Amino acid sequence: MGAYRFLEEVALADCAMEIEGRDLDDLFETAAQALARLMVDPATVALTVERTVTLEAARLDLLLYDWLSELIFLKDRDREVFPQSRVRVTGEGPVRLTAELRGGPIDPDRTALGADPKAVTFHQFALEPVDGGWRARVVIDI
Amino acid sequence: MRIADTLRIEARPVGDCIWEIPPTAKPGMHVPARIYASEALLAQMDAGVFEQVTNVACLPGIVRAALCMPDGHWGYGFPIGGVAAFRADAGVISPGGIGFDINCGMRVIRTGLTEDEVRPRLRELIDALFGAVPSGVGAKGFVHLTDVAFRKVMVEGAGWCVAQGYGWPEDLEHTEGRGCLPGADPAHVSARAMARGMNQLGTLGSGNHYLEIQVVRPGAIHDARAAKVLGVEGPGQIFVMLHCGSRGFGHQIGTDYLRLFDDIMPRYGIAVRDRELACAPFRSKEGQAYWGAMNAAANSAFANRQVITHRVREVFSKVFGKDARELGLSVIYDVCHNTAKLERHAVDGADVELVVHRKGATRAFGPGASDVPADYREIGQPVIIGGSMETGSALLVGTAHAMTETWGSTAHGAGRTMSRAEAKRRVWGETLLKEMDARGIVVRAASKSGVAEEAGFAYKDLDAVVDVLDRVGLSRKVVSLTPIGNIKG
Repeated sequence: MGAYRFLEEVALADCAMEIEGRDLDDLFETAAQALARLMVDPATVALTVERTVTLEAARLDLLLYDWLSELIFLKDRDREVFPQSRVRVTGEGPVRLTAELRGGPIDPDRTALGADPKAVTFHQFALEPVDGGWRARVVIDI
Repeated sequence: MRIADTLRIEARPVGDCIWEIPPTAKPGMHVPARIYASEALLAQMDAGVFEQVTNVACLPGIVRAALCMPDGHWGYGFPIGGVAAFRADAGVISPGGIGFDINCGMRVIRTGLTEDEVRPRLRELIDALFGAVPSGVGAKGFVHLTDVAFRKVMVEGAGWCVAQGYGWPEDLEHTEGRGCLPGADPAHVSARAMARGMNQLGTLGSGNHYLEIQVVRPGAIHDARAAKVLGVEGPGQIFVMLHCGSRGFGHQIGTDYLRLFDDIMPRYGIAVRDRELACAPFRSKEGQAYWGAMNAAANSAFANRQVITHRVREVFSKVFGKDARELGLSVIYDVCHNTAKLERHAVDGADVELVVHRKGATRAFGPGASDVPADYREIGQPVIIGGSMETGSALLVGTAHAMTETWGSTAHGAGRTMSRAEAKRRVWGETLLKEMDARGIVVRAASKSGVAEEAGFAYKDLDAVVDVLDRVGLSRKVVSLTPIGNIKG
């Protein structure tokens, strides 16, 4: 399982995240977990909804951008968040993602709310291979 | 951030509270960067401000200077508090100079009520407002839109709401651009943006968005004549202020076009120092498509603040048992602080059409300007500066000097000095709520951690920001407003 941390020294009013994964699948899953943690306390979400998401992009970094943007989109359109996911990234330009999402509705009576992300920014946006896996930096506008 | 530290040293004073970074500071700068701040505020600005404002100075077609207001802080792309004008015929438009929350803005509503009348019913009032104006992540608004109606909102803005009975005709007179920016084109709005925003009309959002009950304290009126024109009668009077924008609809439009511009910039031979500054020539096919979608989002934000105003009137009417008109709940003004607008300004003696980007910055047109409501034209356009939920906000008016100095622009708030995580480390949300309650400020919030993030100590001193605006002449202070109740996302 990958790891994430929120960076404080970047973009004061927003939320910068650094995400690490042992491979791309792990990094994308961990990024989704970090985003869910930003929005809610995952322990207060009933995991009653399963979804499949497929995406395609010209480059890996754009696939990560689209992946997180999709999760923010679902948060607004369906008022659902997905703390758990199983992701498979394949291909080399274009690259494809297939994800099985597990989460649930944002329930005002049950869910402990965090921030309401507006968008993924390109500010200092990066996805790169490192020793032992991959690392990404993402600033979320909140 | 060594580059930014170097730039900070190179920011030299060129006037009272005006600092300039010359174009030689960074390769690719077409114009200087100008920061409006006292020495103390300049010292508080994080390194990102200097990095970002000089990046903006590198964008194609920028005119005169990249500007940063005294509430400036590190954002993404532009600094928050950033202002830049580009030639419409040879410059660019950049979503990163507007923000994802297109037409995030402020509205202030006067009342004929006094604190003595409101204080005994304050908790009831705040609870009712919290129920009537949904806030926080996952909130759903009370207006049920069809696709056809949503497209009308995009084109007609606040006017659509008034036509549906969500407001008074005179509300439009007191809204920037009469609550409807020209150029909106639903054809350039994605189905995703519509799906994302369809259920959110009438919601507040989260982060620093709020709905606040405020009072005028003794000694808080700085310009009695202008205050009277705005409907400020004296100490003890109650006001309602709201801060919100275009919600998921605008956020998705920003996302869609940032992604598009990132792709197509090479086609136009444009390179930027920060991908978040992705842009397109204003007159290009893509630039015009964003312009149409961006104005649609701006109009949806006006509509959002208008239907929230309707809810506020309903709640006051119910709590105080009188009609909203009888309670004097009239809109003083509504201003955008995340937009690009097509404006004509004097450049080297010529009247030039410019695309003026204001990101976390407010338009501040001076007395006599044609887009200032007739009843305010002698004092200038009202400017609403939102402070923190603990310390208060301010009403100012625009000046003739701002027209020549900053394209008629001024600050938008106090500006953060501390990260959200640091604020949460310093205080628990629950603790802060109790402390504020003990000081007479009743708060209802969708997210307790969000309350801690918005603590007063996380922001600059609002008075210091307003004093700089007044000293430099970018706007003139009229009245300070103190919170007694707050709804937060």
